[in-house]
Amino acid sequence: MIDVSWTVLLPTLLATGTAFAVLLADLAITGPERDGLGWIGIVGLLATAVATANAWGTNATGFAGTVVLDDYAVYFGLLFCLATILTLLISIDYIGTISLKAGGEYYAITLFAAAGMFLMASSNDLIVFFLGLETMSIAAYVLAGIWRPDLRSSEAAMKYFLLGAFATGFLLFGIALLYGAFETTTLGDIAVGVGSSAGLQRTLALGGMALLLVGFGFKVAAVPFHAWAPDVYEGAPTAVTAFMAAGVKAAGFAVFVRIFMHTLAALSVDWSSVLAVLAVLTMTIGNLSALRQSNIKRMLAYSSVSHAGYLLVGMVAADAAGGAAVLYYLLAYVLMNTGAFAVVVAIGKRGEPNELLDDYDGVGLEHPALGLCMTVFMLSLAGIPAFAGFTGKFYLFSAAVQSGYAWLAVVGVLNSVVSMYYYGGVLMRMFMADPTKSVQGTAHRPYLTATLAVTAAGTVMLGILPSWAYELAADAFASLG
Amino acid sequence: MLIEIVIILVKILAVLGMVMPLAGALGWIERKGSALIHDRIGANRASIYGFAGAGLVNTLVADPLKFATKEDVIPRGADRLLHTIAPCINLFPVLVAFAVLPFGDVLLVGDREINLQIAPLGIGVMYVLAMMSLGVYGVVLGGWASNNRWSLLGGIRGSAQMISYELPMGLAIIAMILTYGTLDLQEMARAQGELIWGWLPAWGIFYQPVAFLILLVAGIAESKRIPFDLPESESELISGYFTEYSGIKHLMFFMTDFVEVIIVSGLVSTLFFGGWQVPYLYSSGFEFPWGASIALPNIAIVLLQIVSFTLKIVFFCWFQIMIRWTIPRFRYDQLMHLGWLGLLPIGFVNIVATAVAILATQSA
Amino acid sequence: MTLLTFLPLSALIVIFALGVILNRHPIRSALCLAVTLFLLAVMFVFLDAHLVAALQIIVYAGAILVLFLFVIMLLNLEADIPQRRRRNLTIAATAAGLVFAGVALRPFLGSDAGLPGVGMSGPVPDTFGTAAAIGQRLFTHFVLPFEVTSVLLLVAVLGAVVLAKKKIG
Repeated sequence: MIDVSWTVLLPTLLATGTAFAVLLADLAITGPERDGLGWIGIVGLLATAVATANAWGTNATGFAGTVVLDDYAVYFGLLFCLATILTLLISIDYIGTISLKAGGEYYAITLFAAAGMFLMASSNDLIVFFLGLETMSIAAYVLAGIWRPDLRSSEAAMKYFLLGAFATGFLLFGIALLYGAFETTTLGDIAVGVGSSAGLQRTLALGGMALLLVGFGFKVAAVPFHAWAPDVYEGAPTAVTAFMAAGVKAAGFAVFVRIFMHTLAALSVDWSSVLAVLAVLTMTIGNLSALRQSNIKRMLAYSSVSHAGYLLVGMVAADAAGGAAVLYYLLAYVLMNTGAFAVVVAIGKRGEPNELLDDYDGVGLEHPALGLCMTVFMLSLAGIPAFAGFTGKFYLFSAAVQSGYAWLAVVGVLNSVVSMYYYGGVLMRMFMADPTKSVQGTAHRPYLTATLAVTAAGTVMLGILPSWAYELAADAFASLG
Repeated sequence: MLIEIVIILVKILAVLGMVMPLAGALGWIERKGSALIHDRIGANRASIYGFAGAGLVNTLVADPLKFATKEDVIPRGADRLLHTIAPCINLFPVLVAFAVLPFGDVLLVGDREINLQIAPLGIGVMYVLAMMSLGVYGVVLGGWASNNRWSLLGGIRGSAQMISYELPMGLAIIAMILTYGTLDLQEMARAQGELIWGWLPAWGIFYQPVAFLILLVAGIAESKRIPFDLPESESELISGYFTEYSGIKHLMFFMTDFVEVIIVSGLVSTLFFGGWQVPYLYSSGFEFPWGASIALPNIAIVLLQIVSFTLKIVFFCWFQIMIRWTIPRFRYDQLMHLGWLGLLPIGFVNIVATAVAILATQSA
Repeated sequence: MTLLTFLPLSALIVIFALGVILNRHPIRSALCLAVTLFLLAVMFVFLDAHLVAALQIIVYAGAILVLFLFVIMLLNLEADIPQRRRRNLTIAATAAGLVFAGVALRPFLGSDAGLPGVGMSGPVPDTFGTAAAIGQRLFTHFVLPFEVTSVLLLVAVLGAVVLAKKKIG
């Protein structure tokens, strides 16, 4: 009998239990108000965060080594708790704005996605990670289409599902080839096997690695696998977009980094050059495409794509500094991206989503607090010093330079300069144009205000005092040994 | 090597030789049985020089000749390829499913032991389930390839019904797998030769009466017999999904109906009524619980077992025919309710109860 | 499984798989897919994985494909008539496919790799692929994926109901 370890599954179990509690409470609550369910979710996730943080430094393993709760898993578990709690806070107000009828199921499915993400972060086995990935992905497909009266939402769900299922096929082919090469699915054994592989085994491993690269490329929306991102991000309800852009992308990178930078580290000579090319393409095409957008959600989608490119730069470095930089940047990215989407939600109101850039004219003049928050997020995304984005990019590019990829860092910096154009463009509209629409802002939306405050404060704090978070990230990545 | 192939061929011929004539005879039994229930005479015209052979001339000679000599009509606009292969796809899985039904224990020929089961697969019962799942294709294609929207309606209803009732069928079979601990039907039949309390044959019906009822109902629904014959619904859709088929194609569809009756009977009798088991008959002869015993040669034992199996199958075929002419047709929503909201939960509860009982008796 | 049995079977599988994408009528594509899945089950039988073969037929060919056919019939999809032949696209796609095939095959045809031999893993024990062996592994070594799969199915059912229900609330 295998060692059934409950401690190692604690985050996943707590998240799943919270989801069940929400489902059952949904039956009990009779009125149309579903906020209570959101609060059940937030309380459950806070408990999960406390339990996960408690496990820092314990390095628990279970189920014959297929599930681990090392510092890496704890770091990402806390990150996912943060992303999901922020999403739930935004959702509580957003669901009222769009009058989403399936409110109870929305919260439950979000929590199930979070459970899948926790499992992905703790997985040390190809099959377990695949199951976590599928749980999260299917929940995400459903969430993208959950606003049924809106045709764009259904279109987004359809596109996301079809392309996501396609990517899952590639992932499975890669997993099958890796299993064929090493006769095991546990990442630890594969790492040992990869180090000493030769001949046919190595060929199969390379093939599996290439297919895994394609699958992960889809999941994190790297070019040339990014085609789904703009349509899906634009069509999905904005709170769901925030969740996808932050949580789902972070989860994808969690497994991407674990498998490529740790398990397949012996093959880094092969995949780092490919990732370098992908990083350049992703940053460039993401930024250049964002320049021409007139819808803020599409613009933020392309900016998300370009940030995936910056993260890939950190992966190319293929060493401890690169890994720590990636983990740190994911934290900064979750904060500033969720904040940006929270502002998008704030600008919208019942019946008027106000998603075109033209609708942002003069908003900063009428709602100064909102304008201030948006300034923080836009400048942080562009990489201006004193904000989290700058410190993140600093760590990423310095890791790249130290590994001999100075040219990649140069490309990254140039791209950041280009991105300033469209981030600054939003700010210019908000503060230097005459107001055309009346937006609701943060009036009567206490939880949205709370989210904005938390994310803005977090972004500023990480910009000024980054080292504590960076050390956490470095410890987390080092625990992958 | 050659000898073994010959043995398998002989077994196949034996089984088909039992199934195909029985399928034909069932047509006549159906007509005469319904006549008896309806208090009329029924079909009695076919005869050769006055010899009617109790209906055998009717169904085994006249009917197939009639079907074979009819014109084969393919409706205009129908997909010719699919129209031609749909009856074949319908008939193939149900005939092939007989490969795992055991019709006797072990036949000793010289020093060779012949296991009276065509294919001793390790996965026995799953194979039957797989073949029943494939049976849906014939219905779907039969309805589609006719270019007739009422056939299409019959095909859609039929496929929905068949996949809905595959689940309770699987659940009943799982309960039996739990009881006997094996998937092989021959092992299950052999395990039913023991005695409970010293005198009662350990037939499946005594262990799992609920599973028997579920399997019987689900099996009748799978074979789309009345009361579940909405896909065919003679009074509405004429022949439902096989309206547009004439001649040999119609014969194949019609025969599939009866062969499915036989396979459901075979499955029920093997799982729940001991299959080829005769009570108190063992490999050396009869051994009664009150002490008496009759020694018998192996060939006599095998003959008794084959006859027993055949009688059980014929009984259940007759039983299904009686049900057909007694119960009116279910409405579509009643049918779906019975399958999903009735049989499925009962099946699940049955499995849980069986598992708990097995755990309790094993640890005791 | 020898090369003699593997090659014709694989050729048939590839042919029917090509039939799935090249057929214009969706029902014929679905039927080609059903045959492909059935032939895959045959290949599993050749590899001594009997239970997986039965499950492949029960689940894939017998349930999922039937639902495909069901939906195609309900929507009454007609044969696809291509709007116009886009020759440049066909040439570019074929070239890209050939390049990809060459890149994928080249390591195997290279010097030190060699083509993976058929049946290279040797004979298997009698209990290989039986329900007992699979059940043993499934409920001990793979018990966590088994349980997570049930959560995954719950999410899928929940999502399907939310997306497809007529009236919510």
